[in-house]
Amino acid sequence: MKKSIFVKALAILTAAVLLIASFAGCAGNESSASDKSSSSAADKEESKSADVVYRTLDEIKSSGKIKIGVFSDKNPFGYVDENGEYQGYDVYFANRLVKDLGVDVEFVSTEAASRVEFLETGKVDIVLANFTVTDERAEKVDFALPYMNVALGVVSPDSRVIKSLDELKADDEVIVITGTTAETYLTEKYPNIKLQKYDTYANAKTALENGQAAAWANDNTEVIAYALQNKGYTVGIPELGSKDTIAPAVSKGNKTLLDWINSEIEALGKENFFHADYEATLTGTYGSDYEEKLVVEGGKVN
Amino acid sequence: MQALGLDVLFKGSNLLRLLGGLWKALEISLIAVALSLILGVLFGILMTFRNPVIRALSRIYLEIVRIMPQMVLLFLVFFGTTRVFGWDLNAEAASVIVFAFWGTAEMGDLVRGAVISVPKHQYESAFALGMTKSQTYFTIIIPQAIRQLIPLSINLITRMIKTTSLVMMIGVVEVLKVSQQIIEANRMTSPNAAFGIYLTVFVLYFIACWPFSILAKHLERKWSN
Repeated sequence: MKKSIFVKALAILTAAVLLIASFAGCAGNESSASDKSSSSAADKEESKSADVVYRTLDEIKSSGKIKIGVFSDKNPFGYVDENGEYQGYDVYFANRLVKDLGVDVEFVSTEAASRVEFLETGKVDIVLANFTVTDERAEKVDFALPYMNVALGVVSPDSRVIKSLDELKADDEVIVITGTTAETYLTEKYPNIKLQKYDTYANAKTALENGQAAAWANDNTEVIAYALQNKGYTVGIPELGSKDTIAPAVSKGNKTLLDWINSEIEALGKENFFHADYEATLTGTYGSDYEEKLVVEGGKVN
Repeated sequence: MQALGLDVLFKGSNLLRLLGGLWKALEISLIAVALSLILGVLFGILMTFRNPVIRALSRIYLEIVRIMPQMVLLFLVFFGTTRVFGWDLNAEAASVIVFAFWGTAEMGDLVRGAVISVPKHQYESAFALGMTKSQTYFTIIIPQAIRQLIPLSINLITRMIKTTSLVMMIGVVEVLKVSQQIIEANRMTSPNAAFGIYLTVFVLYFIACWPFSILAKHLERKWSN
């Protein structure tokens, strides 16, 4: 008998401490939690939907703060400079959106793998983290108009620049990094080309420099930056395969915010905003030759 | 300096940012460690009981923690609670909960082992003196078990401090994330920075974990007399 009382007491105590701990965890975020519940309560009355995770444009404006998910270690698109300030092509655009919206910004450092999740749970309002538009992602988040192009590119040594994949001879091999779009594309469309696969960027780089293959295929932003930093290599094919775009993304169904971003991108096109953005953030890495290829102005892909 | 890329460390507020990141990692891990130590002792005692329900439940809990990568737990607590319950936990709170959840289970298992290893005659002597079950536990068994626990729990604590690097996945900027930011921001100007920065991070983790080793040594010596 004695034992069972003791056991119960211990169990209750453990449960109580766990409960307190979890409340203590919530307490740190009390203010935003109450913001959230009052705003989502309003949402529920309007749309009668129980699982609205996002904040509408008006709710963001009245809260005075917007949360934007960006990369914090992808120079030159989203990174943190030595003074702890967010910088880069995506961040330059984000700062303009914030200014035109008239609110404060909180940048949230996201990883490639968690970008969709942050939007699906409404933990950020917008993701501006070099987000490539794909059909699969578009089922889970809503993409706005694009502001940058991405495609594949092929870099090769100056001694024999490959300008077209048809120039490759039967025994020429092409380097790819496993898991990239370059690998998928070449495997599907050019099954006759022999691929040399590497797991990391560093290994692929070493292989090319040791002359183990005729060329290296990767995202064009990567190969262009590589050729500019390493003398003796030229990007013979700057655009290959399906042209993809980079666009801002919001939570699925957040129409007010999406429409506002779209109108903003169209309006910014009139002042050539994204060209200015390129010149301020990307010229250091890509030079000015690729400006027209990479920049999408006013949401219109050429 | 140049070759190691240590010059990058003194650019702008980089060093301060690294220290800030270390503080963030310590804040999360130390709160979680404190919770784990308290809850772990309670959980460990629970596990020594023969009640089949308690045994089954604690077994399930322990296996969940062992099987689930901490990464998955972080995603579950941070994003999962929002999806299912609509809670808006902040990333730090979610991290503390996950690390305390993990630490409690591992600590509990250590406590269970230590409690079981206290010789049976200690219980019998205590009962013979007319002590109740709780008196026996709190004044005889646990103090003896805790001595055996010190080296094992120090191992757990330092492991928890180091594993905080995972919280970058849910947007917490801790010391390892800051170091990656610094390396990436300078990849054109100082391509060698990675070595120097990671070396600094190594020293910072060492400074953070070393006091626990000293404390453990001190306690072991004190209690062995």
